[in-house]
Amino acid sequence: MPFIPHTEQEITQMLATIGVDSMEDLFDEIPAHLRAPELKAIPKGMTEMEVSRLMHQRADKNTKALCFLGAGAYQHHIPAAVWEITTRGEFYSAYTPYQAEASQGTLQLTYEFQSMIAALTAMDVSNASMYDGASSLAEAILMSVRANRKSKSRKILIPTSVNPVYRKTAETIVKGQQIDLVEVPYDGSTGTVTLEQIKQQGEGDITAVVLQQPNFFGCLEAVDEITNWAHDNNILVIAVVNPLLITVLNPPGQWGVSGVDIACGDGQPLGAPMSAGGPYYGLLCCKQALVRQMPGRIVGRTVDLDGKEGFVLTLQAREQHIRRSKATSNICTNQGLVVTASTIHMAIMGAKGLENTAAACFANNNLLVEKLTAISGVKKAFSGTHFHETVLQLDVNAAQVLRALMAKGILGGFDLSEDYPELGTAIMVCTTEMRSEADIEAYATAMQEVLAAGVVSAEKVPATPEVV
Amino acid sequence: MLIFEHSSKGRQGAPQSPVEKASISAIPENLLRKDSAALPEVSELQAVRHYTRLSQKNFSIDTEFYPLGSCTMKYNPRACNTLAMLPGFLNAHPLTPDEQNQGFLSCMYDLQSMLCEATGMAAFSLAPMAGAQGEFSGVAMIDAYHKSRGEHERKEILIPDAAHGTNPATAVMCGFKVREIPTLDNGDVDIDALKQCVGPQTAGLMLTNPSTLGVFERNIEAIAKVIHDAGGLLYYDGANLNAILGKIRPGDMGFDVIHSNLHKTFSTPHGGGGPGSGAVGVAKRLIPFLPLPTVTQEDGNYRYLTAKDCPQSIGRLSAFMGNPGVLLRAFIYMRFLGREGMVRVAEFATLNANYMMAEAKRRGFTLAIDHRRASHEFIITLKNEARDYHVSAMDFAKRLLDLGYHAPTTYFPLLVPECLLIEPTESEAKEALDGFMDALEQILHEAETNPELLHAAPQTLPVKRLDEVRAAKQLDLTYKMS
Amino acid sequence: MSEVPSELKYTESHEWLRVEDDGLVTVGISDHAQALLGDLVFVELPEVATEFVAGDECCVVESVKAASDVYMPISGEVVEVNEVLADEPEIINSSPYDSGWLFKIKPSADELADLMDAEAYQATLEE
Repeated sequence: MPFIPHTEQEITQMLATIGVDSMEDLFDEIPAHLRAPELKAIPKGMTEMEVSRLMHQRADKNTKALCFLGAGAYQHHIPAAVWEITTRGEFYSAYTPYQAEASQGTLQLTYEFQSMIAALTAMDVSNASMYDGASSLAEAILMSVRANRKSKSRKILIPTSVNPVYRKTAETIVKGQQIDLVEVPYDGSTGTVTLEQIKQQGEGDITAVVLQQPNFFGCLEAVDEITNWAHDNNILVIAVVNPLLITVLNPPGQWGVSGVDIACGDGQPLGAPMSAGGPYYGLLCCKQALVRQMPGRIVGRTVDLDGKEGFVLTLQAREQHIRRSKATSNICTNQGLVVTASTIHMAIMGAKGLENTAAACFANNNLLVEKLTAISGVKKAFSGTHFHETVLQLDVNAAQVLRALMAKGILGGFDLSEDYPELGTAIMVCTTEMRSEADIEAYATAMQEVLAAGVVSAEKVPATPEVV
Repeated sequence: MLIFEHSSKGRQGAPQSPVEKASISAIPENLLRKDSAALPEVSELQAVRHYTRLSQKNFSIDTEFYPLGSCTMKYNPRACNTLAMLPGFLNAHPLTPDEQNQGFLSCMYDLQSMLCEATGMAAFSLAPMAGAQGEFSGVAMIDAYHKSRGEHERKEILIPDAAHGTNPATAVMCGFKVREIPTLDNGDVDIDALKQCVGPQTAGLMLTNPSTLGVFERNIEAIAKVIHDAGGLLYYDGANLNAILGKIRPGDMGFDVIHSNLHKTFSTPHGGGGPGSGAVGVAKRLIPFLPLPTVTQEDGNYRYLTAKDCPQSIGRLSAFMGNPGVLLRAFIYMRFLGREGMVRVAEFATLNANYMMAEAKRRGFTLAIDHRRASHEFIITLKNEARDYHVSAMDFAKRLLDLGYHAPTTYFPLLVPECLLIEPTESEAKEALDGFMDALEQILHEAETNPELLHAAPQTLPVKRLDEVRAAKQLDLTYKMS
Repeated sequence: MSEVPSELKYTESHEWLRVEDDGLVTVGISDHAQALLGDLVFVELPEVATEFVAGDECCVVESVKAASDVYMPISGEVVEVNEVLADEPEIINSSPYDSGWLFKIKPSADELADLMDAEAYQATLEE
C-alpha cells in the first residue's frame, strides 16, 4: 500500500487492542446513509514509475521559449546549492517551529532571513514573510490603517503605476473592512506618478500612500519627494519594491528624510524559480515603532536557561491562535521553505553578487530596448530611466505580435492592452541577467521578421512552437 | 553562530553572478543606493556547511516521529518533490500564454476535479495560498452570496468554541461579527444553544468535522438543517479531512463551502511553516463567487478563467495562481494514491489514532473524551498529573523531545486543560507508535518520582528552555552587521 | 489569593478605579488580572485627550501568552498615562495598584455607583 507500513498481523493486533473486529467498526459513529460512494472520478493509483512518466510528459508540454516576460515574476539564475540544501528533509518536512528547542535550525535561519531583508530594505525590522508580494501589499495596507492613529479616513492612495494585479489583490483582501483605495493616475509621458497628481487626489485626511519602485512599467518614481510630502501631512508611506533591484537602487528605508513606514514586495527574484507562479514569498518590513502592528510570524533572539543564545517565535500574542477575532491578521503560516531558499541564496550571492546581477539586468534591458527601438514601428512609450522592464509602443496589434514571436520561440513580453487600454498597442519587455547578447539579438531578429512579414493571424500559429 | 559571524570583508560567493558590474550610471544619482547592503560575505562552502548544520538542529518528519495534533505530519513522498521540480514546471513563467502552458494547466484542472470528487463539492479553486486564505475566500464567498440576493443584514458568523483561532480571525477580517457556540462534554456541538443563536442575521456556521476535539460530529445533519433553515450557509474547515477521506464527504454532509489544507491531507511539505495551500470547494450555488483564477477545459484545451469569465468572483488572492509548486505536489500525491489509496488514508490514520488512544488508557492516562471513537487524533489531559505532581503538559512535551519524539500539540483545543493533542497519521508504523507510548509512560513515571527531570527538560537539544519573556520585552529581531 | 484593596472600585473585566482628591479617576488592572496574564511584556496606552465611553476598548496589555484588552470602566477623557510602563511593563506585575497604574481620566458622567466595591469583586473571584 503506498506510504502505509502496516502488515496484516499488525492490523489484527491493533484492532484487538482497540477492541473492534474490523476497520469498518472504527467508523461506526458516521451515519451509514451519509457514507461516501466509490470515488470513481479519481483514477486508480499508480506506481512511482508510472507517475514519473506522466509528469515528464506533462512537464515536456510546457514551452521552452526564451523568456523576455516579467510583470512580477523574473527568471534569474539560482545557485545549485540553494535548493539542494533547502530540500533536505530537516527543512522540507519540519513544521512551524512551535517547539523552539527542536526547531533551532528553522528559527535561526528565519532570524538570519529577517536580518538580511532588513539590511536590503534598510528598514528596522522584517517579519518571517507573507504569502506573496500582492497579498503582502494588502496586509501592509491593513497594517497602515491600524498604525496611523491620527488618520480616521481609512483612505489609501494607490497610483495606477503600481502592479495592477497587486491592486486587485489588495482590493479583494481589504474590502471587507471599509477601506477606500483611491487610484492616482500616472503621467502619460513619463509613466510615473507626479507629486501634483498625488496632491490632487490627496486632499483631506489620508491614511497612507503606496509607491512602487521601480513601478509596474519599470520606470523610476520620484520617491524622495513624495515620501517627504506624505510625512509632512501625517500620511504613512508604503513602499513596494523588488528586493534584488534595491541592492543598487535607493532602499525604501532611505527614501526622503526619514524613510518609508512599511515596505513590502515579492521575494521571488531572490532564489525562487518562476514555477508557473509560485510558491514565492512576500516580504514585509516596517519601522520599529510599528512592529506590534505587523502581521505574521516574527522570530526573536533570546537566551536559554544557561544564558546560551537561542531563537523563538515572538510577539505571538498578536496572532490568531491567541488573539482569535482580535488578531492583526488571520495569517498562520509564512512561506517557510521559500524563505529557506532565499536566505541561502542571499548568503551565497552576497551583496556584490546581487548588485552585479541587478546591474546586468539593467544593462541587458537597455541593450534589448536599443535593438528593438531601432526597428521601424517600435518605440519607447515613456521617457526617463527604466530598470529591467520597458514599455514599447507598437504600430500593430500587440497580442498578434506576441503570438507570432511565440511561434519563433520567443516569449516576447506582457500585453498591456487589458490593464492599460489607454496605451493602445503596447507590450512590456523584460531582460534579466539570464539573457545573453545572442538571446537579445535573436529577439530583435524575430521582431524584425514578424513586423516585416505583417502580423500573422492567430489561427496560423502552431500549437507547439519550435524550440530555439 | 550566525552566518553574519562567518563573514569576511571582501570574500565572495562563487561564479553565481556576472563577474563584472555593468554600468548603471544612466540612473539618476539620487535614486541610487549609497552603501552596499550589509549581507554576509561568505564562500559557497561556508554557506552550504552553515545551513546544513542548521538543518540538523531541526526535528522533522524525515528524522523523528512528529505526532503534532491537527497538523497531519505524514510522510512527504520524495517523488512528489522531484517530479514537481522538473524544469518544464520550474521554468514556466506564470503569464505564459495558456496554449504554451498546457502541461501545467492540465495538472491543475485534474487536481480540481479530483478534489471535487474526494470532497463531494461541485467546483474547486486552487488559488488560496494557505488554510487561512482558504477560510478567507470561503467566508468572503458566503458574504458575496448573501449580498447577491440582497440579504445585507446577514452579518454574523457562528463558530463553535472548540474551533481554530483562524476561524474567528477570518470572519472579522471579512467584516463579520462572531458568535461562539458552546460544545457539550461529549464533544458534539450544543444544538439547543445553536438554535437559540440563528436568525435573519446569520450568514453561516464554520465547523471542523471531525472536530478539534478528535471526534466526529454525530449531529451534522441536524446542524446543517438548523443553519440552512435560517438561510445561512455551512462552512467546512478541512483541517481534519485526513480522518474521513473517502469515507464521508463534506458535500454529502451538507456543507456549502470548504477549504482543504493540501499540506495536511495531500501531503505537501510543511517546509518549516509553509508554503501551504488552502484550496476551496463549493456547492453549485456558490460557483460564480470562487476566487480567481480557476482552470477550465474545452476539447482538451486548458485555460485560466479570469475576471471576464467570472464577473461575480470575490477576486484575486495573489499575483498569480496561489502556490503552484505546492499544488503540483498534491496532484502527484493524489495520482500515487488513486481512489483506493484515499480510503486507506482515512482507515489507517484512524486505526493508528484509536490504537494509541487504547494504549494511552491502558497505561493510565486520562482521555479528554472517553467512550467514543477517536478520529485521526485524540486528546490526553494531564490535569490530574498537574495537580498531583506539579508538572504541566508543557513539561511532558519538552521531556518527549529529550526522548527523541516531537511533542504533540499542547494547550489546543483551549477547552481541555493541560492537553496533548496526538495525531499519528497513517504513514507511521506500529513500532513508532509503541515507542512513543513507552516514552509517554516513562515520563508519567518520572513525573511521580522525579518531576525535576520534566521541569528541566529538554537537556539533549541544542538549547534548553528559552526565555520568551526576554524575547518579547527586549526585542532582538534583526542582526546588524557592524 | 490575590490582593483586593478595600478602598477601590472594580469591574467584571478586572479593571480597578481610584477617585483622587482632584476628582480625576486613576485606572489599572487588578492583582488577579496581572497574575492571570503572567509576565507583561508590553502595554499599549491610550492617547491623552481622547474621549471614551464606558465599555470602550482603550488599552492593550500583552504578555507572552496573551494580549488582553482593557475596557474603559466609566466615560471620560484621558488626561494622563503612565509613561513609565512603555519601558517597564513589568511594574504592573510587581505593583498593580500603585506604580503600575495605567491612566487617569476626567469623568464625564457619574457612573461610579454602577461599579463593584471590593467585597463584590472578591466574590466574583471566588465563584
